[in-house]
Formats: sequence, C-alpha cells, structure tokens
Amino acid sequence: MTGPKFSFDKPGKYIGQPTERPDTRRLLKGRGKFVDDIQLPRMLHAAFLRSPVAHAKIKSIDTSIAENIKGVVKILKGTDFIGIVEPYVGVLSHLAGLRSAPQMPLAVDTVRWQGEPVVMVIANSRAIAEDAASEIILDLEDLPAATNTEKALDKDEPVIHSEFDSNLAWERTVDVGNVDEVYARDDVVTVEKQFLFGRHTGVTLEARATIANYDPSENQLDIYYSGQAPHMMQFIYAKHLDIPEENVRVTAHDVGGAFGIKVHTYGDEIATAAAAKLMERPIKFLADRYESFMSDIHARDHVINSKMTVSKDGKILALEYDDLTGIGPFSMYPRTSAIEANQVLNLTGGPYTIPNYRANAKVVFQNKNMMCQYRAVGHPIAMALCDGLLEEAAAAINLDSVELRKRNLIPDDTYPTTSTTGMKLDDLSHQKALSKLIEMMDYEKLKKENADLKKQGMYRGIGFCSMIEVTNPSPMFYGIGGAPIASQDGATIRLDAGGGIHVASSVTEQGQGTNAVLAQVAADVFGVDMDRVQVTTGDTKTTPYGGGTWASRGAGIGGEAVYLAAEALKDQVLDVAGVMLQSKPEDLNIDNGHVIDNLSKEKRMSLADLARTVYYRGNELPSDMSPELIATRHFRVTDTPFVFTNGAMAAHVELDIETGIVKILNFWAVEDCGRVINPMLVDEQIRGGVVQGIGHALYEECLYSDDGQLLNTTLADYLVPMATEMPEIHVGHIETPTKTSVLGAKGAGEAGTGGAPACIINAVNDILRPLGVTNYQIPMTPNRLLDTLRSAKI
Amino acid sequence: MKSSAFQYELPEDLSSALKLLNSNDLDILPLAGGQSLMPMMNFRVAQPDILIDLNKIDSLKNITIEGDYVRIGSMVRYCELEQSEIIQKHFPLIIHVIPYIAHSAIRNRGTLGGSVSLADPAAEMPSVLITLNASIELSSSNSTRSVNAEDFFKGIFETVRKSNELVTSINIPVSSMPKKFGFYEVTRRHGDYAIAGAVVTSDNGQDNFNDTRVVLFAVSTKPMRVPKSEAALNGNNFNNQDSINEAIDAVTGNSFERDLHNDETTKETLAKVSLKRAIGGLNG
Ligand SMILES: Cc1cc2nc3c(=O)[nH]c(=O)nc-3n(C[C@H](O)[C@H](O)[C@H](O)COP(=O)(O)OP(=O)(O)OC[C@H]3O[C@@H](n4cnc5c(N)ncnc54)[C@H](O)[C@@H]3O)c2cc1C
Repeated sequence: MTGPKFSFDKPGKYIGQPTERPDTRRLLKGRGKFVDDIQLPRMLHAAFLRSPVAHAKIKSIDTSIAENIKGVVKILKGTDFIGIVEPYVGVLSHLAGLRSAPQMPLAVDTVRWQGEPVVMVIANSRAIAEDAASEIILDLEDLPAATNTEKALDKDEPVIHSEFDSNLAWERTVDVGNVDEVYARDDVVTVEKQFLFGRHTGVTLEARATIANYDPSENQLDIYYSGQAPHMMQFIYAKHLDIPEENVRVTAHDVGGAFGIKVHTYGDEIATAAAAKLMERPIKFLADRYESFMSDIHARDHVINSKMTVSKDGKILALEYDDLTGIGPFSMYPRTSAIEANQVLNLTGGPYTIPNYRANAKVVFQNKNMMCQYRAVGHPIAMALCDGLLEEAAAAINLDSVELRKRNLIPDDTYPTTSTTGMKLDDLSHQKALSKLIEMMDYEKLKKENADLKKQGMYRGIGFCSMIEVTNPSPMFYGIGGAPIASQDGATIRLDAGGGIHVASSVTEQGQGTNAVLAQVAADVFGVDMDRVQVTTGDTKTTPYGGGTWASRGAGIGGEAVYLAAEALKDQVLDVAGVMLQSKPEDLNIDNGHVIDNLSKEKRMSLADLARTVYYRGNELPSDMSPELIATRHFRVTDTPFVFTNGAMAAHVELDIETGIVKILNFWAVEDCGRVINPMLVDEQIRGGVVQGIGHALYEECLYSDDGQLLNTTLADYLVPMATEMPEIHVGHIETPTKTSVLGAKGAGEAGTGGAPACIINAVNDILRPLGVTNYQIPMTPNRLLDTLRSAKI
Repeated sequence: MKSSAFQYELPEDLSSALKLLNSNDLDILPLAGGQSLMPMMNFRVAQPDILIDLNKIDSLKNITIEGDYVRIGSMVRYCELEQSEIIQKHFPLIIHVIPYIAHSAIRNRGTLGGSVSLADPAAEMPSVLITLNASIELSSSNSTRSVNAEDFFKGIFETVRKSNELVTSINIPVSSMPKKFGFYEVTRRHGDYAIAGAVVTSDNGQDNFNDTRVVLFAVSTKPMRVPKSEAALNGNNFNNQDSINEAIDAVTGNSFERDLHNDETTKETLAKVSLKRAIGGLNG
C-alpha cells in the first residue's frame, strides 16, 4: 500500500468544505450545453422504427412510401450496415463461460425484443423522420417469445439464439464452508424466503443523445455524447466503424444524468455514427422518453430462493440462495450483463461474518429489453437479500434485529480482512456506523412510539440495512477481462499566463458535481482560489486517458490524480520561483495565487508574474533552465480489486393496511466514504441514491405482458418517486480514509441506491410479520401488499 | 416524439368554431387546455387532420348565474373554477375536490370542458358532476342540446358527444349543492390520477341521509353510481354503522376494471375503502 504521504488533519480551505459547485449558476441560467443544444451545419435527424413484437423473423421491409416523403434523405435497414459495422459481442474473459451472440446496430433478420431498432430514417427534421417511420411496412413472421425468466431454461421454451443449446448465458457457483453440516445441526433455526425483484430502469432527465459528424477529408469522426465514458466509446466507435482510434473524438458537454444507463453501447447510437460516416454529414439522434423506456437498459429482474441459518444465540451460520436473472436477448456490450449477478454473488452478506455460504447464479436470455449495469449494480439485490433474511432470522429467534446485526457485523478492529466470498475488505466501520445510526434515529424511543400507535390502529415499522459498496475499482473489474474500460484516470494541470490554473481530467460529470470536487482538490493542493480554476472533462482530445464515471470512482480516483498533478505542478512552479527569487524552493510555498515565504507567509511574487515571465520573457531566465508549468499524473488502485465503503441505514414507514399504501416517515443514512471532500455533494449523492432506492422498493417497474410487450412507456404509467412522497433523509458521516491513496477518498455515488430498498422492504415486513405474513416482491405496490394482507391476521 | 402534421385553426367565436367542426369528414379535434391532448398527439395516439384551438373563444370562459342554475363555460380552467366566488359560494364540493386533480401547473391550463369531454374514468370531476346533478350542454352549428351528466359518460374516453358538437357549458342547479358531502381517493403519489375514489352526497340538514348519491371513480370504465349503497343509506342516521356497512358491502357485485398496476380485486377493495372514508369524512 502507498499509505498517506501526509495527513489531512487540518481542514483545507476547500477540501472538506460544503463548497458550492461553480457550474450551478451556468446551469440554472439556462446556459448548459447539452447535445440537443448543439446545431451543426447540414445536420440531419434520425428516428428509428422499432420492433413492435418481442420475437419475429423479418420477412420484408417496405420503405417505398416513406422514401418519397419530402425531407426524407435516407432510409437504412439492418442489412445496410453489414460490412460497415463490425458486429459486437458482450462477453468478458474473466467471466468464464459467459456467452452471447454477435449484435448489429439494427436487427438484421430477426427481431428479439419489442423496441429493438429495425429501420433508421434520416431526414431534415425529427418530425419528418417520424412521419416516414410510421409509413414503413414491416412484414414480420411471429416467433414464440421466451419472456418468463423462471421458464427460460425449460426444455420446451423457445431458444433465442439457435447457435446455443439453451437460453443460459452464464452460471457461477460459490461454495464456502459446508452449509449442509449446519443444516444437520439441531440447535439452529433456518428461515427461508423467495425474493422477486422486478425490472426497472434509470430515468435520466436528459434522455440518450448523440450527434455524429464525419469528415471524409481527414477520416475524422466527431461524436457529441451524452454519457459517462468518452474514451471507452472512442475505442468502440473506432473498432466497429474501422477508423483509427486517434481520429475519433468523443466530447461530452453537460450531461443531464446518467446513472449507468449511459455507459453502454446502444445500436441506435452506433447506427447514427455509421450513417454519418456513410453520408458524410452530421446526424443527430435523441431518444425520446417513450423509446428510452424500450431501449435504455433495464436493471435487476431477479428471482431468488434463499435461506439463512442462525444459532439460537444469534450467530449467522449459513447463507444459501439461487439467483436467476433475466438479461434480455443479448449480453450488453462491452460491460456484459453478467456483472450484476456476479456482484450479487460477491457482495451478499459482505458486512457480516458468515462461515458457510453456498450460492448459484444463472443468467438467462429473454425476449425483452436488455438488462445491464445501473447505479449500484447488484447491491440493492445483495443487501435486500441478506438483511431481509437477517430480519426474518432475528424474528425467528426472538432477538432484536439490531442486536443480531451487532453480533455478526465484521468488527471495526479486524481489518484488513476477507469476506466469506473472498473480497478484500479494509478501512471499514460497520459497528461505528450502526451505533451512530441508532443514536441519530433514537431507536428505542421510536420502537416504543410504534408500539403505542399500533394500539390506536396505526401500523408503523422500522427497517435496517448494513451495507458495503464497491468503489474505486482496479483493473480487476473490467480491464482484466479484455474490456476497453480504463480503471486508471489522469489529470493535467496547467498554470496559465494569468495565474489561474486549468485542470483537464478523464473522469466525467453528469450533474453530480465531479468538476467541483476536482476544482476543490486542485485549488487547495496547488494554492489558488477556486474561482481561478477551470476544469475540462469529457473530451477524448484534450483530457488524459481514463475510464470516466462508473462504480463510484470520480472523487476517489479522478480526485487523487488531480491531487498528484497539483502537487507535481506546485513543485515545478516552486523550482522556477526559487530561481527567480533566489530562494530555496523548500522555503517557498503557494497560497492564494502567490508564491509566499513558507515561514513568514509574506507574499513574494504573484503566480501571474511568474507565469508571464516564463511564457513571455524567457530571456529573464537562466538559459539552462527549461521551466514546465504543466503537470500530468495518473492514478489507479493497485493493491486491492476494489475499495469498499460501508454504511448503515434505516427507514421508518407507515402502512395503510386498508389501501396498501406505504408512507415513508423518515430515513437515516450513515455513510463512510473515507475522506469527504465536499460534504454537501456527498449528502446530495446519498439523498439522491436513497430516493432512487425508494423508487425501486415502492414504485418503479417495467411491466411486460406475457408475450413481451412493455406495458408502461410513459411517466404516467412508470412511477418515479416525487418530491412530495420523499421523507426527510438524514445523513451522517464517518470518515475512515482508505489507505490506498493520499486523499483517502472512497466513492459515495451508489450507497443510497444500494441500501435504501432493503430498509424499506424490511420496514414494511416489520409491520407485516406480526400479522403473520411477509412480502418480498419488489416493488411493494398496493396491489401486492393488499394481496399479502388478505391472509393476514388483523 | 413529435406530433404528426395537422392544420391549426384559432377561431375567435363559437359559431366559427362550430362551422369548422362541421366543415367536412376529416378528423377534427378541439383543443382546450391541451394537458391531455398534447401528449396524446405527441405519442401519435391522436393524429387530427385539423386542430381547433378554443382558447380565443371568450364566450366559453365565463361562470354565470342564470336563473336557478350556475353555468360554467367549457373553457373555464380549474384554477379559475377554484378562485370563482360563485363556485365558492354555491359548490364547496367542487372547491374541495380541485386540489386532488393533478398539480397546479396542470390546473392552470386544464379546463372543466376538457375533462368532461375526455371522460377519463379516473377523473374526479365527472363523478362530482353526477352527484351535483349537472347537465352538459352540447352545441353544433345547427342545434344545442343538454344531457344529464349521468347519461353523458359512456365508457373509457367515450361520451355521447357527436363529432360535430362541442361541449359548450356545464350547468349545475343551484339547489343541488348537497348539505353534506364526502370525498376520498387513493393515489400512490400526490397529484396522480386516482386508483380508486368515491364521492358521497346527502341532501339533509338534519341527522339522516336523504337523497344520497354515491359515485365511485377510477374503478370501472366510467363513473359508477351505486344505487344499492344509496338505498342502504337513505333515511338512516349519519352515524348508523349498520347501514354504512350495508352501503359499503353493496359495492361488491359491481363490475370492476383492472388497470396496469391494480387488479379487479384491488379495485373493489379500494372502492370500498374510498366509500367508507368518504362517508367517514362527511362534512357539513
Ligand atoms: C400529469 C397529469 C396528471 C393528471 N392528473 C389528473 C387527475 O388527477 N385528475 C383529472 O381529472 N385529470 C388529471 N389530468 C388530466 C387533466 O386534468 C386533463 O388535461 C384535463 O382534464 C383535460 O382538460 P384539458 O383542458 O387539458 O383538455 P385537452 O387536453 O385540451 O382536451 C382533452 C380532450 O377533450 C377534447 N375537448 C376539449 N375541449 C372540448 C370541448 N369543449 N368540446 C369537445 N371536446 C373537447 C379534446 O379534443 C381532447 O380529445 C392529469 C394530466 C396530467 C398531464
């Protein structure tokens, strides 16, 4: 381990402060620059005709009427991309056995999910393109559709890819200790539950958007991108459109939310780029909300049969489950759709000492939209599963569930250690977090209050979750398996002639405040005011090479690279200053835009003076001196696959037992993301994540008919949580810096989404259990809860 | 999505609007507040050839007392209804219910005529109008007729309105404001269309239910009046739990329609809960 170079015991001017984001003013003034704000000369607009059915052979496509509509410029079918786009396959070598079929941007001879793009219409306006798309006649021969996850592997179920013997995409088993020996004991109690997690999706304010512009004179492809991973997309466009990688520029200006939805390869976006190359003109494609529901990746979709065994004195002895998850007809490229199941296997039970553990995950193909990584990949499943069983077990042995947690959480003083499933864990604080949570929420008082209110016919419950979160991943996540996904990121910082600095970083901003965090670190470490810092992110041409945003890594990895670059630039500047001021560099420092005397703190020279001398009046410098006022540093995590964080959360809810409506009264989250660079932004991340988690637990679900029709494609039918239903979300922090970096920052972006569903589910079951029933079908809708309550003893 | 192309007309008076509506057999749709129609057009669920924007027709925007009834022009917006002194004075039930309709941004544009014409089975106002014994005035270029609210709604998005007619006003007898009313609806989120709801009215200053109306909404293809529940209540004391229970039980046996998230059994359960709570909340 690198270990801290120095400690940040004293709060900095910016690091650790709830500094305002510099870009909010611009965004609130309506000066944001999103893909749709960009207008290029000669630009055309694309719309896609999507498959109306889940599974069919394409017999013919008649575009004759559409072609003759005024303003239609080109109509492209799947076959038109053969030879233009190299097919892609969503597999990774470290997920042994994972299989998927080659994909093209548009369906070629078979459609495999309702919503799959089939024909691309390019026209002078989006409205004309949509007019034309509605005039295209698709002659489809229906095929039986495999839509039921639980039947996907049955012998008589249609097999989606004829080259495979079944709809199985991947399978993995973990077997640690010996669960069977535990079951054989007679001093143990076993609880058994089935968990059903419906599909949902990330609803971004700005839907997916792409402009592709191709210049044949230089064989140059420019992509204006609303997404998270510009360098990954640079590789993908280059490889699959056969353009040298350096001739592809991917630029993301402002991005209106992403949540993992925008870190994948979508056929409609690849088709847009391929068509731009073919037509040598810029083409814009904006997904509308309707097609976003059908084509943005969905998430979750798990059926889990599980059991937990505890001793009568409250020790967790064994955990066992089978997870079946449906991913649509293909594994998504390039991250694959097996990562979520893999995460479930790795993370379930991670906060606890569980000596015996057996789990199997099967990932199956279905004729539904594709499933892939969305905020907190696997975490909500893993946490709801383990902590749900834990609450059941606590009830079964008549022990308060908080007490059961206390007896089984991995103690704070045992790190570094390894989880049951082999994850390296370090610098965690489960016990501290739980104690702080209990204190914040005044648990004993709340419990008593609930009991009193129940006598008056009010049904209130409390639910907990202790959790871990994967952050700051190393190359072990994707790179090792052959994916073009960097886990290292870089920062370049340049001292400008005016004395301000410019930071270029390869991590990206989607609205969460990454740029502000980078500016805070640079300003503090280098020694200028934040308003003298400019930040560029999201541009493959002008930033260092890196992975972008995923798996909660912006501050922890991107921030560390900025830290290192700022230190390096400072050393370089002080070297120059030493010569100019005839002082030893170690006697000098930088503060508030000036080179100062380290002891007296007296100003010696402004940075502007220094920079202007170097840039304009080099004649004043010794001729053997070649000053560098720019520094680049990169950072990656080396000693551990991931830097885990932990948290403890709780929800207080009320169930209207006559209507099945759940009201969340209060929510508490204690989170340990290591060094908190900006507490306000961390709180926002936690709160936003919790809100999404509440959505998963109570509202959000992509509903399909038996024949694979997505039934809710508007925000009137797909319910997202709204401000009026949200409780106060109280956030508490514990700071256990990671030893893997100097800053010590871990990630915070996914904790809320990972932990909140478990809390809500557990709180509702806290109400149901005394009534003799439980419900583990998520989301917990009024319909499902009323159904459960029909057999309750009230 | 973008709407398909259409011809746009902005008539300044009612007779021009009616003439346009009559002019040929094209698909012609009137545009009121646009809160439902605009999204339907963008989804291309509605693809009118001609859109007749009613927003310039001042004669449809008034609330007036005409003899023994109050006339509400079809283009009166929810927000105007809420602020109208006439409505506040005569129909506190309407004032009570308006905040349950959508959100204020939608109520700033949405109109009573639009709601009535749309006939969404989950909408509040159609049921309220039935309890108030309102009538809907329909005009075409050569005639005007009046249909009782109870007979006006036919099914999901379906009314007795003919394609050459406009809803021009909603007329409510001043005398029909009940002495007591109760309203309850179940929604998962604030401002959503209800998943079940009930309006109960009783016209009696004393202690017993009288001339009771019970209308359920959001549980079937149109507002559901429940005569058996009304009969169970009529003549009985407001606090007579047996008759109230009988009224609630009488909801069973009606035919309920599922929606995307709620099956028929849930609809029935929630209809009964709504009725129970509406009765429990009877005011006045
Ligand atoms: C997010 C959201 C939530 C909502 N929640 C609710 C709710 O909880 N309860 C509720 O009741 N409503 C709700 N609504 C619907 C809203 O109140 C409707 O828009 C309104 O009821 C229709 O009125 P409008 O003036 O907007 O009509 P428009 O959308 O303009 O028209 C609706 C239909 O009626 C026809 N039409 C309009 N005026 C006339 C006329 N004078 N004669 C003949 N035909 C006419 C139009 O051609 C169209 O077919 C919601 C809407 C939204 C967007």
